Formats: sequence, C-alpha cells, structure tokens
Amino acid sequence: MTTLQINGNSMTVEAGDDTPLLWVLRDHLGMTGTKFGCGLALCGACTVHLDGQPVRACQTPLSAAVGKKIITIEGVAATKTGKAVQEAWVKLGVPQCGYCQAGQIMSATALLEQKPKPTDADIDAAMSGNLCRCGTYTRIRSAIKTAAGLEGGAA
Amino acid sequence: MNAFVPHGHLTRRNVLGLTGLVLSVGLPGFALGADEPQKFGGDAMPHGIQDSPRTFVAIAPDGTVSIVVNRSEMGQGVRTSLPKVLADELEADFKRVKVVQAPGDEEKYGNQDTDGSRSMRHWFMPMRRCGAAARQMLELAAAQAWGVPVGEVQAANHAVTHKPSGKTLTYGALAEAAAKLEVPARDKLKLKDAKDFKYIGKQDSLLVDAEVIVTGKSQYGIDTRLPGMLYAVIARPAVLGGKVKSVDAADAMKVPGVVKVFQIDPTPAPSEFQPLGGVVVVAKDTWAAIKGREALKIVWDDGPHGSYDSVAFRKELEAAVAKPGGKVVRNQGDAEGAIAKAPKKFSANYYVPHLAHATMEPPAATARIVDGKVEVWTSTQSPQAARERVAKRLGLGADKVTVNVTLLGGGFGRKSKPDFAVEAALAAREMGVPVKVTWTRDDDLHNDYFHTVTAQHLAAGMDAKGKVTAWLQRAAEPTILSIFMPDPKQMAPFELGLGLVNLPYDIPNLRIENPAAEAHTRIGWLRSVNNIQHQFAAQSFVAELAHAAKRDHRELLLELLGPDRKIAPPQMGDDWNHGESPTLYPVDTGRLRGCVERVTKEAGWGRKLPKGQGLGLAANYSFVTYMAIVVEVKVSAKGELSIPRIDVAVDCGPAINPDRIRSQVEGACIMGLGHALYSEITFKNGRVEQSNYHDYEIARMNIAPKKIVVHIMPSSGYDQPLGGVGEPALGPIAPALMNAIFAATGKRIRQLPLKDQLTKKA
Repeated sequence: MTTLQINGNSMTVEAGDDTPLLWVLRDHLGMTGTKFGCGLALCGACTVHLDGQPVRACQTPLSAAVGKKIITIEGVAATKTGKAVQEAWVKLGVPQCGYCQAGQIMSATALLEQKPKPTDADIDAAMSGNLCRCGTYTRIRSAIKTAAGLEGGAA
Repeated sequence: MNAFVPHGHLTRRNVLGLTGLVLSVGLPGFALGADEPQKFGGDAMPHGIQDSPRTFVAIAPDGTVSIVVNRSEMGQGVRTSLPKVLADELEADFKRVKVVQAPGDEEKYGNQDTDGSRSMRHWFMPMRRCGAAARQMLELAAAQAWGVPVGEVQAANHAVTHKPSGKTLTYGALAEAAAKLEVPARDKLKLKDAKDFKYIGKQDSLLVDAEVIVTGKSQYGIDTRLPGMLYAVIARPAVLGGKVKSVDAADAMKVPGVVKVFQIDPTPAPSEFQPLGGVVVVAKDTWAAIKGREALKIVWDDGPHGSYDSVAFRKELEAAVAKPGGKVVRNQGDAEGAIAKAPKKFSANYYVPHLAHATMEPPAATARIVDGKVEVWTSTQSPQAARERVAKRLGLGADKVTVNVTLLGGGFGRKSKPDFAVEAALAAREMGVPVKVTWTRDDDLHNDYFHTVTAQHLAAGMDAKGKVTAWLQRAAEPTILSIFMPDPKQMAPFELGLGLVNLPYDIPNLRIENPAAEAHTRIGWLRSVNNIQHQFAAQSFVAELAHAAKRDHRELLLELLGPDRKIAPPQMGDDWNHGESPTLYPVDTGRLRGCVERVTKEAGWGRKLPKGQGLGLAANYSFVTYMAIVVEVKVSAKGELSIPRIDVAVDCGPAINPDRIRSQVEGACIMGLGHALYSEITFKNGRVEQSNYHDYEIARMNIAPKKIVVHIMPSSGYDQPLGGVGEPALGPIAPALMNAIFAATGKRIRQLPLKDQLTKKA
C-alpha cells in the first residue's frame, strides 16, 4: 500500500512503484479529470502539480509522487490562482472539446503562481508543452491574461 | 450552469425517470414513397429529421426544462447551440434548461451523424419548430385552465400570462396539462419574430459544459468507469490487411495485473467501420495492459500492402498527374488547346501528405453485456453507426445494443468510424465483465483512418493582359470509398465536390481530371476532407498566376470570380453539393466576392510591409459556406516564422451562435496551420513511421497567431439557408499561409508540410 497526498487528502493505493501517477489517479482512484494524451510527456494533457511544480503525470512514477503535495484539476480551485484561471476559462469560452483543458489550466495556474504578470514570451514558454488539437490557443492566451488582471477578457 | 449528467444515466429510460418527463410519446417519422421528389439536406440523411417536442423537450413540475441534443459534442458547441435555439422558441429561461444527451437511436431522434458541418444547418429549423410547438401547447393549456381564448395569452420567460387579467402560470405548473394536448401541425406553428430572439444570434460565450470541463468533472469516453470493469489495449496489425501469424503471450501473462490475452479476428477488406483485429491484452488497469502488450511476441503476416512506401507512392501519384488520360470529371471549352496557344502559360505541382486526426482523446470505448444486451459508452460522432456495427459483429439485433454518447475529446472525423466501439463489445463478450478499450497514441497514429495523400498538377493559360483563359487541374488521391468497396481508384462525387470540380471561376476553358490511385491504408474523412489538398493547390496556384502575370493577387482572384452570379453546382460537375438542394444552395459568387473584399479591407491588403513580412490571401466555397482568409506572417533572416494576425471573413448565412462560429474558425485556422507547418504521416514497409506527438507534430502555443479576427458577414435574415462552420477554414488557411510566406520571402511552398523548407539550404 502506498499513501499519497492528493488535493489535501491522504489516499492509499495498491499499485507497483513504477506505475505512472496518471494511471494511479485515473484507474485506481477514479480521478479522471487528469487526462491521457500521449504517455510520453509530449502533450501536457496529464499535467498535475507536485509541490507546486507542473509535471506530467504520465511520466511520474508512483514512487516519485510519494511524500509530495499533489494537486490535480479536481483540487486546483482551492487556490485563488486556480480559481481565477478556471473562471477566466469559462468567461472567455476557451474550451472547445475540452479534453486538454485540465492540463492547460494546471500549466497556466503554475505559470501564474510563479509569474503573476506573464509576458507573451512567458506564456509561450510555459504553455507550448500543452497541446490543443481544437486550436484554442488564442483564447488560452487571453484567458491567462484575464486571470492575471492584464486584460478585460474580451474573447 | 448545467452539470453534464453522468453518462451512465443517459439512456432513454433513465431520461424519463430522472427528469419527471411529461411529454413522453414519440411521433413516427414520415415515410416518403419512391415517386416523391429527391430529398435534400437533413431530409436526405439516414432517418432524416425529427421535430416533435415529445422527443426533444421535457418539463418537470419544478420548471426544469430538459432539452435533448441528438448530436455529439466534440468542441463545436452543439450541446449549447442547439438547445439554445429550442429554448429561445420555447421562451424558456436557459438558466433553467438541462441538456440531455441522446443515445444512438435515429428512428427516434433523426439523423445523428455529427459530421459534414451540418448540425446547425440541418437542425436549426427542426429545433425552432420543437420549441414553438411546445410553447403553443403550454399557451393552450394555460388558456384552457383559465377558460380564455388562446389569443389572449402569451408565453414569455418560462411562464404564460393572461394579458387582460395579468394572471400567470409557470411552465412547471402547466407541463402536465400541456403534455396531454396534440402537437400542433407544422403549418400551425407560430415561429418567433427574429427581433424577439433572446439567444439566437446573440453574442454569448456561455457553454453548458464549460464548468465541468474546467473543474475536471467532464466525462469523455475514455473516462468511463463501471463496477468490475477491466482494461484492455490491443496489438493491431501495423499493415492494412495484416494478420497474426503466431502469438506468444507467456511473458505478457507474467506482467502483474494482466488477466487474459485473446485474439480478435481481422475484418476482411474492405473493413469499413469494423475492427482491424489483433491481440487483446486485458488487465486490471490500463498501465498493466500496456506493459502486457509490450511483452507480447507476435509474428505478423503483412499481406499485400506490406510494401506501401510514401516516397515511392508519391512518385507514382506524380507520374499519374503528369500525363493526360485520367478520368475527366469536368470539362468546358478546350483547356489543353487554349493553354498551348496562350501567350503566357504557367504550371505547378502540389503535394499534400497523409494526415492523422490525432484527437487529444484517443479512441476509447467501454462495453458491458448483461442478459444478451450490450451497452456501450463511447466518444462517437455516429452513435447509430456504432450501434449497428456492434449489433452486426455480435450477431444481435440493433434493439439489443445501446450506445451512450459521452463528450468527445476531439472528433474531426475519426470518431465517425466506430471500430473501437466494436472492439470494446467483443472484449466485454470475451471477458464476461465490462471492458474499456483504450487506444494509446501510437495505436492512434498507426491505425487511423488517414486523410488521403494527393499529388496535383495545375496548368493555366493567360492572355497578354494576364487574364486567365484556361485552367487544367489533375488530382490523384486514394479515395475514401476504399474502406467501403474493393479497390476503387477514382474519387467519389462527395470528394470531387470538396473543392476540385466546383471551382466557381469564370474561365472559358476548364478541364479537371482524376487519374487512378490505389489505397494502401485506411482512408477516412478528416475535418474539411479533400478541401485540404484541393484548396491548397488551387488557392496557391491563383497567387502564383498573379505573380507570374505581375498582377495583384486580390485583383486576379476577383477577376476569376467574374460577375456576380448564382451557379447551379451540377453545371460545374458537382452533382453532390454537400447533399443540399442546388436551388436553395447555388454557388453565389457575389457572396465569395463579398468575403474577399471584406477580409482584404480588414487586413489592410496592399499596405507596405517591412522586409520579411507578408500578407497571403485565399478564398473558398465549402460546406455551403463562403470564406476568405488573410494571413500575416513574419519570417526572420534565419527562416523562423511567426504569425501576428489572421483575418477571416465568413458568410455562413444567419449566425446562430456567433461566439461558437468564431471559436470554430479560430480553431480550424490553428489546426490547419499545424498541418501546413508540421504534420505528415509517412509509410515504410506498409507501416506508419510516426508514433507520437514528437514526430507527428501539431500546432503549439508558440506558433499560434497572436490574433485571429473573425468577421461574420451579415445575412439576409433567418430565412436564408445556413452554411456549415466547423470545417471551411481548413481549406483556405494553408494556401493563405503559404501565399503570405511567398510574399514575405519569395519562396514558394508547393509541398506540405513546410517543416524545414524555409531554413534548410537549397
């Protein structure tokens, strides 16, 4: 049995040490908000926070998550920044299919925690690892700026 | 904000139970006799249109209005847009509307194929009629309750008011009585005046699913969880038509968590929407199934497509378009003769490779079989097709199969083919417990229904003033028909009509040929389909002709469009016309001209730009919508590209949900940019060479335009037939981009993707 700290709660799972956190969350704990997209840290759909840092859950073995504070999309609203990001996403109608947006929101929240007033270059650097096949990038950029108080939020 | 009802509750039976449904009896559809006139639009689709409020509306005693959406949500906003149309006519308060997803049942819900950019086009009026009929029933129920003439009562904002007395009854209070009334006939419906619309046509970025999406509560097919469920991945043949020769599963069975390994028989070609077959690894979680599959030792028999090679096939296609003799698919005047005699002539070849859909959510489906009844939960664009294919493969009646539609993590045409739903049903049958089949990304890229591969040759003759007098175009590309029939080599009408034959240009000599091409992999629809290559070639070529004649591209394009006129598509060899009536939907060159004029004005066409910057233009007619795009690019001395701005003018008739029109066009531009810049599927030894997003690249944030401005052209009113929105931008975006790159650098790109063509030494 392994104990994880997820969204402020202690959770125990029975899975091999090398099982990626992604599948622990999705298959063992039923937390399906974190998405599978590539399995190789190429798309960002599975982004979660480990001690505040955005990481790809598909390349994070269970053993590396033990003892860390894990925040997923289901828990990110507990922070003021996470809540602001989610609200900006809704206000600007960012999602299309929505599948990548959990990862986008996790990356955007981590960016704003570290750089509350990001430049376009900061956004490019922080967000270019998060793929969106629907192509919502222009609205994601606007929503990040809206959440940061840099833009009024016109879509 | 509405919560997405957990998809386990989305069966028709449960909808009745959950919502206190009081309008509950379905109306039979119309059956037209053989001597009836040809049907078009929604009426011509399988199972046609349904517009009874008994099917689509339920009102609970607490006033909650449930509206059924029969189309799949894959990012186009259909779960918001269609219910808003119905709610508007119903005079329902959208805040009190609950959206209910229909399972696959076309006899009840009408056609459910969510593709072809036609959900709003075909369902705007039926949804209006549903809402109006329900409103009139509520009004009549109120009038009867008060014993007053129905003309004295009026529905507004979730209640009916008796105007003379001011008495009011809420929808919740009236629902039961209203449900007992007859549904008014179509000719008795009083549709709202457009000036009274509250939702239709209004700018509003609200999405019914936004809240669950941003909080991680949304349910896609891949998120399905059932008690006692097992997880499966499948090793499929890498080559089309391949078979398992032998399999050694001993090591796979040693992987902790692996429960069973078994085979699915391949479907003989043409395999249509049925599975490719292969070796299924079932485990207690997805990760164990993946590890188990890695441990399989399989020897494959590749079959006849084992030598498919993209480099060699490109040469084959290019040889086919280099010479005459292909099937003539449109011919007027004497193009070859006119080109031979023309004082100026120009020719060019264009190449567009295979593409993969690469939806962010890979294909996935979960199935459960209880007492001979199959229930499937999946991300499907075609729930009825999924239902029928599962039934066929399992030898059951379709009435024994329920397909529940979840949210789709992208569709783009991939999820109109339900092979993965059949795989899940076969696995559930084998295991006797529910099974979820998940495609990994390499599965998705190796075994997609790929966008075809195309070589084109274009030639033109111009007079001394640079006016185009002759146009010759040859396009060789394997056809989508190849998944449905043995060895077709020519394009179907629905492919020719996607931007090849229906060029609305005023040119006296025009000839279009389609040389034969054979398919060596599964070919399928990918958002905008053949427009991707046809518009790339034609819209690049127009710019090339302008340059060759030292003329302005915009001026030449407008000259090619000629005088404003409405062309019946059959006159251009397009008997398909997107399934729409040639009378209701002629090609109106004036509307295309309007888009070109608007977009060039908005983008400042003709302005002087610094070195390394340029504007590129393209315009097209597709999905019965008119569109023109101007892309602005910057190319650094090192060949690095950035895109400051894109302007798009779209004329899709009346704009029902303007924000979702904008979002679809924005997204299609970015998807198309990704294709044009990076995406290519290649084959060697019959196998796809790419395996994930590192070698099948798509657009990322760092290349996304800083600004996309979508200019929606005014319509002549809500009676004007609607155009499609989801797909059209994919056609013109690539040529507009490459025309801009040419303007910025003088380098003409004739093969997609761009990749390193700007940075590598010639």
